Amino acid sequence: MDLGEINPVLLIASLMVAATPLLLAAIGELVVEKAGVLNLGVEGMMIVGAISGFSISVETGSPYLGFVAAAVGGAVLSLLFVLLTQVALANQVASGLALTLFGLGFSALMGQGYVGVKPPSMGEIHIPVISDIPVIGPILFQHDPILYVGIGLTAAVWATLKYTRVGLILRAVGENHDAAHALGYKVIKIRILAILFGGACAGLGGAYISLIRVPQWTEGMTAGVGWIALALVVFASWKPWRALLGAYLFGGITVLQLNLQAAGVAIPVEYLAMSPYIITILVLVILSADKSSAPASLGRIFHASH
Amino acid sequence: MIVLEKRPQPSKAWSYATPLVAVVATMIFGGVLFAILGKNPIEAIGTIFWEPLFGEFAFYYRPQLLVKGAPLVLIAIGLSLGFRAGIWNIGAEGQYIMGAIFGAGAGLAFYPLEAWYIFPIMVIAGAFGGWLWAMIPAFLKVRFGTNEILVSLMLVYVAEQMLASVSLGLLKNPEGFGFPGSRNLQSYDSAHNAELIAGSGMHWGVVTALIAVIFAYILLNRHMLGFHIRLTGEAPRAAKFAGVNPARLILFCLGLSGALAGLAGMFEVSGPSGVVSIDFNVGYGFTAIIVAFLGRLHPVGILLAGGLMALTYIGGEIAQSQLGLPAAAIQVFQGMLLFFLLAFDLLTNYRIRAARSEVA
Repeated sequence: MDLGEINPVLLIASLMVAATPLLLAAIGELVVEKAGVLNLGVEGMMIVGAISGFSISVETGSPYLGFVAAAVGGAVLSLLFVLLTQVALANQVASGLALTLFGLGFSALMGQGYVGVKPPSMGEIHIPVISDIPVIGPILFQHDPILYVGIGLTAAVWATLKYTRVGLILRAVGENHDAAHALGYKVIKIRILAILFGGACAGLGGAYISLIRVPQWTEGMTAGVGWIALALVVFASWKPWRALLGAYLFGGITVLQLNLQAAGVAIPVEYLAMSPYIITILVLVILSADKSSAPASLGRIFHASH
Repeated sequence: MIVLEKRPQPSKAWSYATPLVAVVATMIFGGVLFAILGKNPIEAIGTIFWEPLFGEFAFYYRPQLLVKGAPLVLIAIGLSLGFRAGIWNIGAEGQYIMGAIFGAGAGLAFYPLEAWYIFPIMVIAGAFGGWLWAMIPAFLKVRFGTNEILVSLMLVYVAEQMLASVSLGLLKNPEGFGFPGSRNLQSYDSAHNAELIAGSGMHWGVVTALIAVIFAYILLNRHMLGFHIRLTGEAPRAAKFAGVNPARLILFCLGLSGALAGLAGMFEVSGPSGVVSIDFNVGYGFTAIIVAFLGRLHPVGILLAGGLMALTYIGGEIAQSQLGLPAAAIQVFQGMLLFFLLAFDLLTNYRIRAARSEVA
């Protein structure tokens, strides 16, 4: 065991990479939940995004096209959730589970030919001077573009929810769909758009795992990241910047336990590997006392009867 | 323009018909999927649904129906009680694993002693393991209001790591030449969950599943607690006025579903599987969610749905070896079933009518 081998600069840099899939998925789900919809299918949309992105970037040789495909893939799968919950008015919990079960199977089917294939690399952004600053450079300015997209998206969602009319309408729909309907807003239409946005974000997050973080395709490779993202939204009390903070915290735990495994700490590998899940539970427990910030119409079915 | 009109009461006829409609729709769309994969759809569907029951080797596959169906029914019965009351235990897979670890652990603790009481102790230990694992989300929900969906699911991943840990460490076979996995319980007579009638597939797990079906039926139809479960799900406000204690209901529903999932894991590890190994769990805990919904959360329905789902597992394996159909295709097929079921459920609660102009 040699803890001295863990390089803090690399640790923080890889923490940001580990956090990005969580952040992308959580930001998407945050918008969905702000609109009053609980989509438990994040894991399914992520894994479908992971394989869509992987297969397209392998076929075309362009990781950028891969990420576009991942967003489309995630959104297409979320369209099934739209059909179930917004058109067929089915229970959102059950529909989300259906989405995850279906997505896991579907991705395994699509990914059969891609096991063991290496995807094209995206490369890192290199800005002269800034990226070369010692310590800060490698931590903040030597990453792939999608990582910055994640942070940018967080800022955009925050600003949209807080300062724009669109954000206000979205929140109104999530807080009280009957009142929003009475004011003449198209509740179903707004929710459908939010769900599609959430699907696209989850797809991006999934592709980030298969194209950058790992990068490889294996069945069920998201391994619960989608579920942790759901927990993260609760952790963040539906606030974008807190989702960023939470994602980095969870990313940090993941990276740290991997580093401890590699450093050969006397704790068995299995106990280290279960730590992110246990910490998620602990965080949920600590934060579950305060539910005041949850959108009031979360998970309720809207049907305009007159 | 088509509008939906909420029915004053859910339609009885449609609530029976939707599972059948969903199965037919899944067969059609599954056939399309198989055709896209380059297989003859009629042949593939036939292989999945006909071969195991009436094919040339049906004498071998029919007992397998019981072996695969029993854990599904056992777990789904437990889940259905909670689902009815809006308590979502989706971590049955983890409880199934813990039941297997506890059950096998209790049995192996006695090795190589042969005694009549070893198997009953294993049954109790297995149920206890599953119950314990389900009590974590139950307790956290009652005490802190923590979301049971996320906690029970996180615990699946924890249980999987536990499984890896014990099959490499605590329960590892000392005579296993260093390979991971426990001693084979099938060759330890006192701990073996053997077939009750040779060649029938009937083992104690199947018997327990049938008892669970009857128990759940009586509970829901003839017992106050069952009435409270139904009331909480269908009219939460009325339940509050009727004095239903939500904490008790949460502890009961999660605890019972955990214990049943634990039993399923224990019967599996001491019977058909035999060993505690890293890849012991095959997703019964998740498939049971589909079974519960397909059976309309009704005990008898779940029994039928469990049989059907077992059929797709076995038929899927046959289609895999005979037609080269990928294993994942069956998973998609099962997922599709849940989709169609939820979608067609619309017809149970709403009437579709044509309207001349859009309202509001």
